[in-house]
Amino acid sequence: MNLQAAPPVERVLGMHRTMCRIREFDERAGQALHAGLARGSVHQYVGEEAIATGVCANLRVSDYVASYHRGHGHSIAKGVDPTAMAKELLGRAGGTCGGKGGSMHIADFSKGMLGANGVVPDGVTIAVGAAQAIKLLRQDRIAAAFFGDGALNRGPLFEAFNWAKVYRLPILFVCEDNLYAATQRTREVTAGAGGVARAQAFDIRTESVDGNDVRAVDAAAARLIAGIRAGEGPAFLYATTYRWYGHFAHDKGLYRDPAEVARWRAHDCILGVESWLRQNGVAEGTLATARDEVKRDIDAAFAAAREAPFPEPDEAFTDVQDIGAPR
Amino acid sequence: MITMTYADAARLALEQEMESDSRVWALGEDLGPEGGVAGQYRGLQQKFGRERILDTPISESMIMAAAIGAAICGTRPVVELRYADFGFCAADEIINQAAKIRYMLGGQVRAPLVIRQSIGMRDGMAAQHSQNNEALWVHVPGLVVVAPSTPADCHALLKAAVRCDDPVMFLEHKELWSASGDVDPNAGPLPLGAANRVRSGTNVTIVSWSSTVAPSLQAASSLKREGISAEVIDLRTLWPWDQEMVFASVAKTGRLVVAHETVRVGGFGAELVAEVAERQFHFLKSPPIRVASPRAPVPYSKPLEDMFRVTAESIIAAVHATLRVQLAQPGVGY
Repeated sequence: MNLQAAPPVERVLGMHRTMCRIREFDERAGQALHAGLARGSVHQYVGEEAIATGVCANLRVSDYVASYHRGHGHSIAKGVDPTAMAKELLGRAGGTCGGKGGSMHIADFSKGMLGANGVVPDGVTIAVGAAQAIKLLRQDRIAAAFFGDGALNRGPLFEAFNWAKVYRLPILFVCEDNLYAATQRTREVTAGAGGVARAQAFDIRTESVDGNDVRAVDAAAARLIAGIRAGEGPAFLYATTYRWYGHFAHDKGLYRDPAEVARWRAHDCILGVESWLRQNGVAEGTLATARDEVKRDIDAAFAAAREAPFPEPDEAFTDVQDIGAPR
Repeated sequence: MITMTYADAARLALEQEMESDSRVWALGEDLGPEGGVAGQYRGLQQKFGRERILDTPISESMIMAAAIGAAICGTRPVVELRYADFGFCAADEIINQAAKIRYMLGGQVRAPLVIRQSIGMRDGMAAQHSQNNEALWVHVPGLVVVAPSTPADCHALLKAAVRCDDPVMFLEHKELWSASGDVDPNAGPLPLGAANRVRSGTNVTIVSWSSTVAPSLQAASSLKREGISAEVIDLRTLWPWDQEMVFASVAKTGRLVVAHETVRVGGFGAELVAEVAERQFHFLKSPPIRVASPRAPVPYSKPLEDMFRVTAESIIAAVHATLRVQLAQPGVGY
């Protein structure tokens, strides 16, 4: 999505629509898992939409994004087709990965979406490799790697920070701190001052932002990405947020204080941006229309997915490898 | 033909591939001034620059992931992991990412990369620098596994590995680094998955690869003097392996000895013997025998380490054992 040249209200309206699209998609994704239409794990991004939206509003189609298990929001924000995503979620032909990857492997290289990932923090380290390719091939693009606070305690993340800084690679690290690593309060298992201090230890430029304020995320990402495009090397954006639901759709999140959940829901990123838009002259009808259109689109995406055929049996054995493929 | 070492043959192959394809680059520890642990990268950084021969920190996870990310974004990386034992530090990136990324993403992308690891025992390197891990990689769908035994094969197979669009585990044996042999510098790539019948024979088939090909050939020469005709097959590629050549040989000889330096239990010989047993039982005149190292860490002390080696003598003993067992009816009785 290229909103760079749009005036502020138009830009924020565009981001509002993206956030609504992500939320609608992930509400449906959770329902699809509960209904037995989706399988395995579905990690919902509901509550965190402002981060993917605000960062990707500053990316071009040719830029790369790598994500993690909670990846639907990054795909939608990077422009991946929700219908192909819904088909993937339901394991159908025509899914982004032909139904062979599922929720944790949604990718679309035509949109620069290098993939969600089932292993923490491998999306980050692979994105650093993508940035290495950008440098080797002298290309005019950057990479962005999203990860959760749980990744802050995985060693390869620090190999990635060090590597990106040493080789001055064009990459934005985006830590989405929703306070919990699966069901564990991250603060209880994390020494020191946390993510920002850890990135700063590698002399990486950092910004901290309220991850539920899409305008703040947009502005911070714009500043950091301008530096990356100017050849200043990697940067780190630390965004605090909260997921409304559990670690994955079957997790009820009962390890969390209901008052904490209520507090964060009241500080919702979509409520916040709608309030700002109203204050800046956008009519309630405009917002309602946006929400309705998104709902209709996502409805249609999941309806198309339910109608789509399952992959042909032969597909189980395609794209394993060229040499020594299954016979 | 030029006489050169296995290490120089590998260096030549990479130099040639980097000259002919600007997308090819290499990364790993100590490649530049050091030229690699065996000199297999000597002079390449001076020739191709510090970006295409990238000296890296000791960060195996990131080395491997950098190669994967760069492979799916338009380059053809060659990863140097120094010792196969250190490959385990990057096992997640190899097994969970490189091997599966094409499949998981529905064929949107391929990961054309070569993962070089030096395998095997050499001069008392002990338990963490002597392992052979080929059976592990063969077990992982998506990977191609190559283990050359001679300088000429190392040259031609590395070229093939660099040109392959699949992730290729390229296993170079430490004891072979200094081995000399004739290499045709203009030779093209060898086909991956094709074995090499290095000696023809009629009484017994000896299948081997990497460092155990030479003792297999020595054994065959000694056996010849006893009047025993041994056929020796160098597999060259372990996945995919050349079933056609092995099956044809076993059909002819009816006896099979597999010699490998890897731990016997779960070693690649187990897979090979199992396939032969399932599909060629009726040709077998005696039970196949594996010659391999015991299921114990490789010890440091020389006399202890030597107990783990596959030698011409141990292969000859195995061949004698297969010949002493003459079944009443082929394929029946054990």
